[in-house]
Amino acid sequence: MALIDYLVQGCQMALVLLLAPLLTGWVRWVKARLLRRRGPSPLQPYRDLFKLLRKDVILADSASWLFRIAPYLIFAALWVAASLAPTFAGGLPFSWTADLIAIVALLGTARFFLALAGLDVGTSFGGIGSSREMMIASLAEPAMLMMVFTLSLLAGTTELSAVAHFMMTAHVGLRMSLGLSLMALVMVAIAENARIPVDNPATHLELTMVHEAMVLEYSGRHLALIELGAALKLVLYLSLLGCIFAPWGMAMAGAGLNAYLIGVAVYVAKLSAGGVLLALFETSIAKMRVFRVDQFLGAALMLGLLGALLLFVSRSL
Amino acid sequence: MLLSFLLILSIALLGISAYGIVSSRRPQGSRRVYAATFAVCALFLLLASGYLAVRPQALSLTLPLGLPWLGMHFRLDALSAFFLVVVNLGGAVASWFALGYGQHERAPERVLPFYPAFLAGMNLVLLADDAFSFLFAWEFMSLGSWALVMAHHRDSANARAGYLYLVMACFGTLALLLAFGLLAGPDGGYNFAAMRAQPMTPGLSALVLALALMGAGSKAGLVPLHVWLPLAHPAAPSHVSALMSGVMTKVAVYGFIRIVFDLLGEPVLWWWGGVVLAVGGVTAVLGVLYALMQHDLKRLLAYHTVENIGIIFIGLGLALAFQANLMYFNAALALTAALFHVLNHSVFKSLLFLGTGAVLAATGERDMERLGGLIHPMPWTALAFLIGSAAISALPPLNGFVSEWLTFQAILISPELPQWFLKFLVPAVGALLALSAALAAACFVKAFGITFLGRPRSPVAAQARETDRYALTAMFVLAGLCLAAGVLPGLVVDGLAPVVGLLNGGARLTSQHSQPWLTLVPVGPLKSSYNGFLLLLFMVLSAVAAAWLIHRFASDTTRRGPAWDCGFPETSPMTQYTAGSFAQPIRRVFGSIVFQARERVTMPPPGDQKAARFEVELHDPIWERLYQPLADAVIALSTRFNYLQYLTIRHYLSLVFGALVLLLLGMVIWR
Repeated sequence: MALIDYLVQGCQMALVLLLAPLLTGWVRWVKARLLRRRGPSPLQPYRDLFKLLRKDVILADSASWLFRIAPYLIFAALWVAASLAPTFAGGLPFSWTADLIAIVALLGTARFFLALAGLDVGTSFGGIGSSREMMIASLAEPAMLMMVFTLSLLAGTTELSAVAHFMMTAHVGLRMSLGLSLMALVMVAIAENARIPVDNPATHLELTMVHEAMVLEYSGRHLALIELGAALKLVLYLSLLGCIFAPWGMAMAGAGLNAYLIGVAVYVAKLSAGGVLLALFETSIAKMRVFRVDQFLGAALMLGLLGALLLFVSRSL
Repeated sequence: MLLSFLLILSIALLGISAYGIVSSRRPQGSRRVYAATFAVCALFLLLASGYLAVRPQALSLTLPLGLPWLGMHFRLDALSAFFLVVVNLGGAVASWFALGYGQHERAPERVLPFYPAFLAGMNLVLLADDAFSFLFAWEFMSLGSWALVMAHHRDSANARAGYLYLVMACFGTLALLLAFGLLAGPDGGYNFAAMRAQPMTPGLSALVLALALMGAGSKAGLVPLHVWLPLAHPAAPSHVSALMSGVMTKVAVYGFIRIVFDLLGEPVLWWWGGVVLAVGGVTAVLGVLYALMQHDLKRLLAYHTVENIGIIFIGLGLALAFQANLMYFNAALALTAALFHVLNHSVFKSLLFLGTGAVLAATGERDMERLGGLIHPMPWTALAFLIGSAAISALPPLNGFVSEWLTFQAILISPELPQWFLKFLVPAVGALLALSAALAAACFVKAFGITFLGRPRSPVAAQARETDRYALTAMFVLAGLCLAAGVLPGLVVDGLAPVVGLLNGGARLTSQHSQPWLTLVPVGPLKSSYNGFLLLLFMVLSAVAAAWLIHRFASDTTRRGPAWDCGFPETSPMTQYTAGSFAQPIRRVFGSIVFQARERVTMPPPGDQKAARFEVELHDPIWERLYQPLADAVIALSTRFNYLQYLTIRHYLSLVFGALVLLLLGMVIWR
C-alpha cells in the first residue's frame, strides 16, 4: 500500500520531467500549424536539450559562482514544485510537504534566482529582463495567492491533493467565485510562463523580451536546465488548472492499476488540450506593451480578490 | 534567584558602559568592551532560553529604588523571556561582529559608552513590572540609541535624523505615559499587577489601545509614525543599526503586546483588531514601496523594517479580532505567526545590516549606485547576504516563509468571524500581505543584485577586500539560524507555545514536535501542512542529482569569454542596470499612484553637444500631507508668540497673575 504510493510519486516525478519538453514542442507545433507553417516536430525540444547538454558552457568573464549554481537551483525548485502538484493521481505520499501556498512560493524561489542570474553578468539586457520579471511577479504572485484563498475557503484546505479530492467528490457546482479565480489563474499562468501577450517566448527582439533577456548569457548545460525548468513550469500550471478545475479521471489513492493507467491517459489528454488552447489564444492576440502588462495583471489580481471576497461574504457564491 | 541574576547582568552592562568611557582611547579598549558585552549577552541568552525551555512559573522581585511609594518591580515570565532571547541573540551577535568592525570606528568615544547602556535599557524594559521602571528603562533605551545615532553628528543629515528621532521618541513616551496613567486608574496603581486587576470601561480601554498603538507604534515604525526610522537607523554605526532595526523595534512590539494583551485583559470590542489589522496592512505595503525607491542600502533595509513591522501587526490584529470573538484557537495561530515573525525578522534584519556593515567597511560606500560586483572580492559576505535576502523575501525553505505562511493560514481561518467589517477587511489585508511579499522579493533582488552582482561601478567597489573573521562568523551564525528556523519550524512553534498560552488565556497550538517528519501542522492534518526539511531535502537531492548526471554523462567543460549581450557588449560598467533603473517599472506601476512619481526626459536638439537629462520626481505623501503642515503650524504659532520673549517684568507678572485668576476661575466652575 505504502510502497505503491511512493511508486506513484516517483512515476509522477519522472512523468512531468519527461512530458515537459514534449508539451512545449506540442504548443510550438500547433502554433506553427495555425500559422499555416509546417513547423518542427513536437520532439524538437528533446533534440535541442540533448544538443545543449553536450556543448561546452561559455561563461562571461564577469560571471560569478551564483551564475553557475543558479540553473541547478532553479531546475530543482521547479521540478519539486511540479512533482508536488497532483497530475494523474491524488493522495500522493509527499503532498503534505508543501501546500499550494508553498508551491507558489517555490516558484518565487526559482524566479528570485533567475532574476539574480540576469543581473550577474552586468549587461543591460540582463537587467531589463530581471527588472521587468520582478514587476510582473509583483502582481502575478498576489493574484495567484488570491486564487489560493478562494480555493481554500471552498475546500477548507490548502493542500492540493485534498483540493482535488474535494473538487471531484463534493457537489461543488458552478460558482461565481470559482469562475473568477479560473480567469485569474489563466491570466497568471500566461504571464508566469512568458507567453503572448505578456512576453514572447520566440523573440529575441531586444525591447520586448523579458524571460529571454534574463537567460541571454546562458549557454550549454546551464541553458538546457533553464529551458527544461521553463517547460516544467508550463506543465505545472496546466496540471494545476487540470487538477483544480477539471479533476475528472484522476486516480485516487489506493485505486487499482487500471485506474492509474486511465489517469495517465486522461492527464496526457488534458495537457494536450491545454496546449491547443494556449496555442489558439497566442495566435489570436497581439503582444502588449510592457506598461500595459500591469493593467492585465492588475485585472487578474482584482478578479482573484473579488472571488475571495464573495466567499467571505457567502459560502454559497 | 534567576531574576536577580538577570538584573545583575543588566547592571554589569552598565558597568561595561562606564568602562567604555575610560577605555575608548586605549588601543584594545573597544575590543574589550565588545568582548565583555558579548559575554554578558550570551549569558543572558542562555538563561532566558533555558527558562523558556523548562517553563516554570513567573518570577518577580521588588527593589526599594525609584519612586518612594512604589519601589521598582521586576518580573520574568514567558513573554519577557522570549523577547529577552530575541534581544540578546541580536546583542551577542552584533557585539561579536563589532570585535572586528569596531576597529573601523573613527570616534569610538562616542560609541563605546552608549552601546552597552543601550542593550541594558532594552533588557530592563523587558524585565520591568511597573510603569515607572518601564518608562525609565524605555527612555534609557531611547536616549542610548539617540546618542548612538548622533555618533557621527558632524554630518548634517545625521544631526537632522537625531533631532527627528528625539521628537518622535518624546511623542511615543508621552503616549505610553498617558496609557499607563489610564491603566493605573484614579487610585494610581502603577505596578503592573494592580493594572491587571483594575477594571476598565470599554471607552477607556479603546483609548489605551490607541495610545499604546501610537506609543509603541512610533518606536516600531508603524505608518504614519515611521518617518524618523529610515533616517535614524542608517545613521548609527552598522552593528548598532542592526540592533535598532532588528531588536529595538521588537522591544516596541513587546510594549504593545504587554499593554494590550496582558495589562488591558481580554479585548471586548471586535473593531480593535480591525484597526490594528488595517494599520498593519497599510504599513506593510507602504514600507516595501518606500524601500523599493531607495538606493542607499541601509535606508532600504530600514524601510523594510517598516514593512515587517506591518506583517507582525497584521498577526497581532488578527489575534485581537479572534480573541474578541472568543475564538482562542484561531487567536493562538495568529499570535504564533506574529511572534515567529518577530524572531525571524530580528535574525535576518540583523544579518542584512551586518552584511551592509561589512560592505561599508570594505568600500566606504552605502550608495548602491556606486557599488556592484562585490560577489567577486567578498564571496562569503555575499553568500550570507544572499541567504538573508532570500529569507526576508519569504522564500522557502528559509524562515521568513514560515511566518508568512502561518499568517496566511490565520487569514484563511478568519471567515468564521461574524462581523461584516472584518469579513471585508481580512481578505483585503490578505491581498496587501501577498502584495508586500511579492514586492519584497523584487526589493531584495535589487538590493543584492545591484550591490553584489554585475561589474563594479566605482574604483572603491573594484578594490574591496573580504571582511574579517569575526564579522563572517557573526553573519554565518545568523544565516544558519535563518535556515534552521525555516527547516525545523515545528520546534520554534513549540518554543513559542508557553508565550502564546500566557497571552491567550491558556489556548495554544497543538504540540508540533510529535508530528511525523517534523511537519508543521498548525490547524489540522487535513487543513494545511508544510515541511521545510523535506522541501530542502528534495531540492538538494534533485539539484545534486542533476549536476552529477550532467557532469558525468554530458559535458563538464567550461570556457570563459566576453559577455554576449546580443552581440554588442558594452565595455563601460555605466551601461549596467542601476538601482534606479531596476525599480523603474515598479515605480511606474505603483509609484505613480503612491508617490506621484513623474519622469521627465530632456533631449537636446540634434547637433547640440549638451547631455540628455532624465529626471525623476517623487513625493513622500506622508511627509508632505501630514508632517509638513504640522511643522508649518508649529513654526507659525511660535512666530506668532515670539514677542512673549521680549516683554518687561511688569508684563510677565501680569501674565502670571492672569493665568492664576483663570485657573482659579476654572476650578470654581469645575467644582
